Amino acid sequence: MKIAFSTSGGGLQGPLDPRFGRAARFLVYDLHDASSTEVDNSVNLNAAQGAGIQSAQRLVDLQVQALITGHCGPKAYRVLEAAQIAVYPCQAATIAEALALYQAGKLTPLAGPSVDGHWV
Amino acid sequence: MKSAPRIAIASGKGGTGKTTLAINLALSMSGPRQLLDCDVEAPNARLFLPLPALGAPTEVSVPIPTFAAERCQACGACVRFCAFNALALVGKKPMLFPELCHSCGGCIHLCPQQAIDEKPRRIGLISRFADGPLHLLEGRLDVGVAIAPPLIRALRATARPDLPTLIDAPPGTSCNVVAALSGCDQVVLVTEPTPFGLHDLALAVEMARALSLPCGVVINRLGIGDDRVHRFCQAEAVPILAEIPDDRRIAEAYAQGQPLIEALPALRPTFTALLAALHLH
Repeated sequence: MKIAFSTSGGGLQGPLDPRFGRAARFLVYDLHDASSTEVDNSVNLNAAQGAGIQSAQRLVDLQVQALITGHCGPKAYRVLEAAQIAVYPCQAATIAEALALYQAGKLTPLAGPSVDGHWV
Repeated sequence: MKSAPRIAIASGKGGTGKTTLAINLALSMSGPRQLLDCDVEAPNARLFLPLPALGAPTEVSVPIPTFAAERCQACGACVRFCAFNALALVGKKPMLFPELCHSCGGCIHLCPQQAIDEKPRRIGLISRFADGPLHLLEGRLDVGVAIAPPLIRALRATARPDLPTLIDAPPGTSCNVVAALSGCDQVVLVTEPTPFGLHDLALAVEMARALSLPCGVVINRLGIGDDRVHRFCQAEAVPILAEIPDDRRIAEAYAQGQPLIEALPALRPTFTALLAALHLH
């Protein structure tokens, strides 16, 4: 199973970015072999609109099963929900801390978006 | 047939008196004429011109894509193409976020399976009002819709080309304003003699020049601020067409929805002179 974390980079010791759609990078951690890779998300960081939707599309294409991030808006959530990607909100400072909380079963998945969109 | 003059009232900074100026110009004119309230996110001209409605409002829609599931091969070409990030593809099913779609039609044209068709999405209403020779057309964007130019263009297309036209533009220098100003004969920029007024006036003058539209300035609330707007107009060779004093009675009339020239008849000559400067009557 693969988990995505929003981050500005720096591997497992890097910060967990509270923003999802406009996170600079995603770290994808594979629980199966404890390996991790980072992907660039600057295209969406700089998008005029629809950053959350396309960041969610990115995670769909990366075939992750879970996302750990700070906040998730309604449009991104709609895409993630359709792809059955569980979204775990987390306030941890680093990815390593967030991963430890997840593995200890201390994170609860969202049942809906955690913040409002920019419109409506 | 030569088309009738079209004059846009714009501003840069909001709240400088565009609607006040447009209403009082419209009321000062004689003969058949029309006022277009193109500030579709917050149309308010009718508060000052409570004219009777002319028929039912017309709905304005834009085309958005709709997907034929039986033909879609989930290739993702549409998602990759969409410059507005309005599409996603999950589980071989395209998803559309209509509020982000700019109706460019690109996805429809490039779909290799021709699996995308158009359907209308309502974005707002156009209403017509008239009392004798004075016509008012109002565009009103639906709540939650973020893309106004198609409604403004539809409003402009609804107007009668044979009538002298005043266009009350939205504030700023955005696409909405460009949609309201394009194809006009000239633009009146309303400002106030303050640093904020000057800053946004400079942007508005630049916009008018980029659109190759002649522009002149009306300074409202003369007496506040400083003389930098006057100096700017002189340096940039932009004519000052009229000045309206800062007067509490004007604010009081506005707050009661009363047109200026009715509340303060002493201002009538100001508007008559402005009409002459704009070659209107």
